[in-house]
This record gives sequence, structure tokens and C-alpha cells, in this order.
Amino acid sequence: MELTTTWYLVLGAIIFAIGASGLMIRRNPLVMFMCVELMLNAVNLTFVAFGRELDDLGGQVSVFFVLVVAAAEVVIGLAIIVAIMRHRSGATADDLSVLRG
Amino acid sequence: MTSTVTAFAQVADFARPPIDWHAVAPELVMLSVGALMIIIDIVKLERAKPYAAALSGLGFLAPLVPIATLAIDGVASEPRVMFGGAYVIDGYSLVLKALFLIVGYLVVLLATNYVGEGDYWETEFYNLLSASVLGMMVMASARDLITIFVALELLSIPAYLLAAWRKRDLKSNEAGLKYYLMGVFASSIMLYGMSLVFGVTGSTLLTEIGATLDDGIGSEPAVTLGIIFVIVGFAFKVSGFPFHTWAPDTYEGAPTPVTAFLAVASKAAGFVALMNLVVIGFVEREEVYQPVIFFIAAGSMFAGNFMALRQDNIVRLMAYSGVAQAGFLLAPLVVVGEGPEVAATAVSSIVTYLVIYAAMNLGVFAVILAVARKTKSGEISSYGGLFDYAPALAVLMTLFLASLGGLPPLGGWYAKFGIFRSLLEPGTGWGYTLAVIAAVNTVIAFGYYGKIASRMWFDAVPDDDRTRIVVPAALATALVLCIAGTIVSGVYPGAVTHFTDVELLAFR
Repeated sequence: MELTTTWYLVLGAIIFAIGASGLMIRRNPLVMFMCVELMLNAVNLTFVAFGRELDDLGGQVSVFFVLVVAAAEVVIGLAIIVAIMRHRSGATADDLSVLRG
Repeated sequence: MTSTVTAFAQVADFARPPIDWHAVAPELVMLSVGALMIIIDIVKLERAKPYAAALSGLGFLAPLVPIATLAIDGVASEPRVMFGGAYVIDGYSLVLKALFLIVGYLVVLLATNYVGEGDYWETEFYNLLSASVLGMMVMASARDLITIFVALELLSIPAYLLAAWRKRDLKSNEAGLKYYLMGVFASSIMLYGMSLVFGVTGSTLLTEIGATLDDGIGSEPAVTLGIIFVIVGFAFKVSGFPFHTWAPDTYEGAPTPVTAFLAVASKAAGFVALMNLVVIGFVEREEVYQPVIFFIAAGSMFAGNFMALRQDNIVRLMAYSGVAQAGFLLAPLVVVGEGPEVAATAVSSIVTYLVIYAAMNLGVFAVILAVARKTKSGEISSYGGLFDYAPALAVLMTLFLASLGGLPPLGGWYAKFGIFRSLLEPGTGWGYTLAVIAAVNTVIAFGYYGKIASRMWFDAVPDDDRTRIVVPAALATALVLCIAGTIVSGVYPGAVTHFTDVELLAFR
């Protein structure tokens, strides 16, 4: 059985769906970050698969931008988490309810 | 294997595309100012604090010089196109860059005393603000999916930090975390949409995407899903219904000058991206974006206005009012597929609205900041009897609120008029329906704007505390600039439309 581009696209869609549902279901901020990473990596996989299929470097180049930006985003997110954890250890997203949602 | 070899061959042949240095001068100046401020901060440490705000204010005004020279150079009639159409400097992008810079300057004025008197980091605050404004300037010129993505992140990442600026205050932390989580969620949805659009059209350039979709290629479900995901991603950014839930919490918890920045500049940048994407890239697929944007626009107006009626905190009220205003701003995008002339009217009406909205909304936040200096509260009840002890602030607030509501002869009236005109011009059912919804919502909005006004004019002063409010010079300057903008744009709209009557065209 040959692995065609479609396989990669389907895998990307599944990973994206896992990440998106995890972000909405899980309440631990760190796990929510991981889910965001899953979603971004699903995007990377889709970009690479399409780039390969179209024989266009644009797909691969996009991945570099996404990777770099994702790294910057995680740093910022962890900084905010650390600021919160200094006040309360073991905080979950549900504990953060000073502001009415 | 062969494709790897050709890929390497392509890389070996790489030559840097020509760069028009004059055209990118505004961004370069902004970047240099930001870098200069970081260096000054490192060298001077605490001694840099006293003049950080002044330096940053000048830094936001400096890039206006190259923008003016570009405008004199006739960029509006012959646009500068770089990187095969990925980066375009035309009349449209110039006016938006000027808008972002002026909003940045006004936010510095709002923040000067707030940040200076609080126990917060000062130079870093202004550095992050300039980084965010730089991202917005790039967004105004971006005509390529990846450029749009990078610009979006450059403007959002500093904004997450700014929202969590008061790091010992749990409310501010929570505001930052909520904004961050919703923001990255939205940008990953948007990116997934972009990857699908790229996969079907084979290009990241908006002009080529537009041409491919025009040829009838890409009627596949993948591109439909891609377009919907991209629009939904930006609906988060502009706090459109049903993706607006982060806005009230983030606005309340964030420092008030940052809230003003998010409510005006960050939201405007989201609209700029949506205009670029929809008007240039997706314009031929109106059967996809028309219902989506119609739903978001109508939902934003109703949800924003009805929720705003129930608020008792003024910042939360302004957040929901901002959701409703986002509905108004989105509305003309529903009809852009009806033809190039309709699209031109829609784009210039949105740009006009953005400029006027910036003046009146920043004005409201300036008054909120001034009043909070005395009352230390955001409750609407604390505005009772404002006219008794601070008549000037009460009159200014009333004018700003009346303008937001759309009373002539203030700027908001002309902005709304432009939206209605662009909705009715094509004469389609979508446009008429949305115009009726907008008209109904204009009336609802008077309910809560009027509530604040009546508190200020008729209610008793709480605790009978009639201490005068001392408005610092920076805040007073911001108030004067905002009220001038609000009144002039309504009495003599030509002064605004002279700049904002721009077209968004596809260039290669």
C-alpha cells in the first residue's frame, strides 16, 4: 500500500481535531498549551504535504515561519503561567474566575 | 528525490528580490525607534524612566515623516509593489499606517501617567507597544498569507504581554491568559484555513489566490472550509460574535490604556487583514463568505448591544459596545462581491469608520482614565453627578458617547452613514437585510450610551465627594485631539474622506 498525500492530509486533520477538542475540554493551562502545539504542528504537516504535492517550496517555507512564531508564542504563554503560579500553585483554568466569563 | 534536487537548485539560484527602501522606510523607522529604546533601557537602566514616554511618543510620530514623503511622491496613484505582490504600499496602506501610528501616539499619552505612577515597568511597556504597532503597519501592506500571519503574530504577541502587564494583580494575569489562549487558538484555526487555501490554489499570494478562484478552480469543500476557517480566525481578533467572549474579561482585567489599545488598534488591524483577504483573495467565492460574515456581523450587533445593556462596569460595557461596533464594521464586507465599485465603496467606508471610531473610542477611554484617577473604580454608578464636579469631562464624555451612538453632527454619524450607503448601494437582499438590522441596533445602542450620560448629568454624587479631578497634561492632550477628531469628522467629513477615500486593488 502506498502512502499518498491524502494520508498526510487526513493525519493532519485528525491531529488538528485532537488539538482543538483538547483545548476546549482540558482545564490545565499547560495541557491547553500542548494542544495548541498539536494544532500548529497539524498545520505544518498540511503545509508540507501540500508543498510536496504541488512541488512548491512555498509550503516548506511557510513551516519555518510557523515554527518560529509557535516557539515565541509558547515562551510568552509560559511567562504568563509562571506569573500566575507565583500567586497560586496548581491553578487550573477554572480557578481563574475573578472576572465573570 | 528529484524534487529535492530541484529544490536545492532553486535555492542555489536565489537572488534577493529588489527592495524599495523608500517604500519600507516607515516600518524601518519604527523598528529603529524600538531598537533604540531597548538600547537606551539597557544602558541607562532606571535613569531612562523619566523620558521613556516622551521618547516613545516621538518614536510613534517619526515614521509619519516617510509616510508624508511617500504620499507626496504620489504612491496613491502609482503603488510600490515588492516581492512579487506580497508587499504593497499604496494609498490604502499609507492611510492605515498613519492611523496605527497616531493611535499608538494617543495610547502613549493615555499611558504616560498610568504607567509612570503605577509600580510597573516603563520602557518595556513602550517597547512592546511599538513592536505591536510595527506588526500593524506590516499588516496594512501584507498581501500574502504568510506575511499576514507574521504580521498578525507580531502585533498579537506583545499585546498578550501588555494585557498581563500588572503581573502582581490576579485580574490582569487572568486577562492575559484568557487573551493568550483565545488568541493562539484563533491563529491556529486561521493557519489551518490558510494551509487548505494554499493547498487548493497553489499559492500564498492573495492576487494569485484571487485569480485561481476566479478561474473556477477550487470549488472543492477544502477551499470552502479554508475560507471559513480564515474568517473565523479573524473574527476572534475583531471580537465578533460568537467569538467575542474573551473581550469583556480581557478588557476589564488589562490595564486601561492597554484596553484602549486593544479596543481600537488591535481590532482595526484585524479588519485590515479581513479586508485584504476578502477583497483581494476570496472575492469570487461570495457564496462562502457572504453567509458567514452576515451571521457574524448581525450576531455581533445584537449580542454586543443586548449584553451591553446589562453591564454595570463601564469597561465591560465598552467591550460589548466594541463587539456591536465590530458588527457595523464587518457589514460592508458582505456586499464586496457585487462588483469592483461596490467593493471600493465598502473599503473606503470601513477605513473611514476605523479612523472616526479610533477618535471617539480613545476619547471615551481617556475620560474613563481621568475619572478613575479620582474614583479608582470602573462602576458606572461612580459616574454619578460627574457634571457637578467635573463639567468639562462630563461634556466630553457625552459628546464621545453621542458620537458612538451616531448622533449628527458628530463623527460617528458620518461613519454610520457611510456603512449604510455601502450596504444599500448594490441593492441586494443581503445588503438591505443587514442595513435594517444595523438601523435597529443603532437605536438599541442609545439605551446604554444614554444610561451613562444620564448618570453623569442627573444622578447625585456618590458619598458627596466633590473633590476636583486633576487631569494631567498628557491625558488632556489626548482628550483635545480625540474631541477635535470626533467633531471635525462629523461637521466637515471631507477632512477625513480626503484621506480615507482609498481603493484596495490587486497588484502583481
